Amino acid sequence: MMNYLYSLLISTVLLITPPTNEAVDTITALTNARIVTITQGTIENGTIVIENGIIVQLGTDVDVPDDAQVIDLAGLTVYPGMIDSGTQMGLVEVGSLSETRDASELGDLSPQMKSLTAVNPNGVAIPVTRVNGVTTVLTVPSGGMLPGQAALINLHGYTPQQMYAGFEGVVLQFPSTGRRGQFDSRSEEDVQKAATEAIKKLNDTWDSAELHHRIDSTYQAHPEDGRRPEYVPSMEALKGVVRGEQSLIIQVNTAKDILAALDWIKARRMNNVIFSGLAEGWRVADKIAEAGVPCLVGPVLSIPTRASDRFDKAYKNAALMHEAGIKIAIRSNDTANARNLPYHVGFAAAYGLPVDAALRAVTINPAEIFGVDDRLGSLEVGKEATFFVADGDPFETSTTILHVFIAGFQVPMESRHTRLYEEFLNRNPGLEKHNGQ
Amino acid sequence: MRFKTLFLSAVFVFGGNCLAQVPTGDVLVRGGTVITVTNGTLENTDVLIQNGIIAEVGENLGTPEGVSVIDATGMYVMPGIIDAHSHIGISNVNESSAPVTAQVSVGDVLNPYSISIYRALAGGVTSSHLMHGSANVIGGQNETIKHRWGLVDPDELRMAGAPRTIKFALGENPTRVHGRGSNKRPASRMGVEYVLRETFAKAERYQEAWAQYEEEAKSNPRAVSPEYNSQLEVMSDILTGDILIHCHSYRADEILMLLDVLEDFGVEHITLQHVNEGFKIAPELAEFGASASIFADWWAYKFEVYYSTAYNAAILTRNGVLTSINSDSGELNRHLYHEAAKSQKYGGLSDTEALSLITINPAKQLGIADRIGSIEVGKDGDLAIFDRHPLSVYAVNQKTIVDGIVYFDIESDADDMRLSVDPESPIETAVLHSHDDDHRCLHEGSLDLYDFLESNQ
Repeated sequence: MMNYLYSLLISTVLLITPPTNEAVDTITALTNARIVTITQGTIENGTIVIENGIIVQLGTDVDVPDDAQVIDLAGLTVYPGMIDSGTQMGLVEVGSLSETRDASELGDLSPQMKSLTAVNPNGVAIPVTRVNGVTTVLTVPSGGMLPGQAALINLHGYTPQQMYAGFEGVVLQFPSTGRRGQFDSRSEEDVQKAATEAIKKLNDTWDSAELHHRIDSTYQAHPEDGRRPEYVPSMEALKGVVRGEQSLIIQVNTAKDILAALDWIKARRMNNVIFSGLAEGWRVADKIAEAGVPCLVGPVLSIPTRASDRFDKAYKNAALMHEAGIKIAIRSNDTANARNLPYHVGFAAAYGLPVDAALRAVTINPAEIFGVDDRLGSLEVGKEATFFVADGDPFETSTTILHVFIAGFQVPMESRHTRLYEEFLNRNPGLEKHNGQ
Repeated sequence: MRFKTLFLSAVFVFGGNCLAQVPTGDVLVRGGTVITVTNGTLENTDVLIQNGIIAEVGENLGTPEGVSVIDATGMYVMPGIIDAHSHIGISNVNESSAPVTAQVSVGDVLNPYSISIYRALAGGVTSSHLMHGSANVIGGQNETIKHRWGLVDPDELRMAGAPRTIKFALGENPTRVHGRGSNKRPASRMGVEYVLRETFAKAERYQEAWAQYEEEAKSNPRAVSPEYNSQLEVMSDILTGDILIHCHSYRADEILMLLDVLEDFGVEHITLQHVNEGFKIAPELAEFGASASIFADWWAYKFEVYYSTAYNAAILTRNGVLTSINSDSGELNRHLYHEAAKSQKYGGLSDTEALSLITINPAKQLGIADRIGSIEVGKDGDLAIFDRHPLSVYAVNQKTIVDGIVYFDIESDADDMRLSVDPESPIETAVLHSHDDDHRCLHEGSLDLYDFLESNQ
């Protein structure tokens, strides 16, 4: 059975994703386009010239090189590729099959685990996602308190390294006082007790990590004077965060936990922190804003955390946090349907997030939060040619996305879903029998 | 079936009173863009509901005395949305103790206090088909309800007169729960077929035995009746067409098997639920007259939905299969209008085709299309009023009306929904939404639920 399954999986993987495409060393010019740059306004009737995967010219006054391949975008709009700030893309193929899940390692403390290592560039969800304009995603390990390091990846490439988009952050699942879904039947005391124990474990771990960092720093400064610190992989992996050189992504959702996390980072004097999740961010938005912690918010398409909350609180969360002055990015927290990121954003906009802020929440904001705004997140000369072309509002289902470019590669507008459509819309043979009966 | 006559006469005697006790209202919805679904879209049109029934649809209707008026100028008025697959508002989902549990019914465990009913209303959903889970090949009976939020008698949720329906399930779930979970057949799709065939065959024998007895009883007052069997009673009602089957199914092959079984036992009506691979056998479904109730785009959560396409609705519709889009989720059901809109991105269905997926089509599948599913004179006064076209992502439902009564009004909702707010008492523990709480009968009756919960952030 297993062999069969694997050969099936492998044969499908071979069938899908011939990733590309147009060679990246050609010069491409996109003309007559409406260009939503995000950072420098919207340009009507503009041109973008791409060379070696980089935007080399952009605007209304552009010299299109003679040898450029020209794509006329009259009537169409170019947007920067959308960035989903929370998925398990490439790590999970079929949700219920553990053999196809590589998002979790054993143990509570495994910050040395790198999700980039386990990204399968041929995951079937990758083309499914990118044809909807989502070009870049954070792929996040799950499991214990410190499950590993999330990686930002572009949804195009033959190897994880080709896909890597320049950011890795250590993930901390902050001890939770919330119930894990409606089937979690623990008593309130048990929930609280588990959280208290987890906080203690977190503090013990962090004390050790800080100690490890001090011993290591002392040794590095004067290797001749001291003994080389013991090799402890988890402590090594936390060094960058303790030293403020790497971001810590804290996944936290309930109001009480968010406040506890704010206290925790204050006590630890950390300023390299990103929050993720924030289901109840709206309840304590002023406190988060005061601390200046950027937030990866979502899923927007979610239900309120408490029965007493108004039905639309989950939809409004992003808007309320934005209004409070928090820098937000929006995440789908999905994998197979990370393609629905534009609809998460659309719902946030329907429930109060201004449309320009909504666009920023999936473009320049995450790029800045992840420190990759020199290459992603807006359409500017010098940035990577990672964008999509649409015939309307990218958050509406009536809109068609016609082209997607990722780091200069024009990706095919097909996926398993489009191929099955083409094959089966008018199936041949239809009802006739194959053997001529 | 034996007790049906008795039951029917009981309804006759007491039913009139029972039905009358469900409150109905009078309201005039004035000046909206009325999306009738079955008779086009009418600009600047009024809808008059009296005694819970649509009395008139037209321009500049007069306001009968005592009828309240809702100004829908600039708004879009559509039929109340119908969710053909839901598990909200019931205290239990699966009786997973045996592969055949036709005798149980989720209608016995309705919970009118479930907040999910209110949340569905907020998304414009006025009726839900509450289904037994998918642990068993032949599961329990379902219940079609109306979202009369605030009424506390469970019976007042029922949509009186809606046909009885029952849940069947093929594939991974019943084989996991029984075959792998309890070492009982079925452990494979072969076993699923034989659980179906054996149970239907027993029901045929049961029917024959009763027919024989009733014949004999005419001349012999001392004739001995067969033993009463509650499960085979229900199975017999399926054979006679009094109970409609709604079958959880995914793969093309298992669906073809089911159609063969039904054909052999003379069962004509079948709605396939989920049916992710329906697109592969759309011509066969159309030929049989089977209908499909699907997800807009859910896939890859288990192996039997790995080969899916979000174009399923379009392929099925274009091949002549009656199709609806359902939620199977206390989250998705709040934005079914948007799920329907996805059929425009994936396959370019027209506005009417897209909205039919969540109104008249599920009504037909549930056997209630003469009562709800479109805005027509004589149908129930169930409406949703949106501020924009409901297929736009920016559309926000403003009011939901059931039987002429406004049960949801966005203007009058408090930020804090508790009836009495005591500053001293702590608010309830937060429950974080997990995908595993949704749809996917996958998890119903699943013993390894926590593996999945653990893996969610």
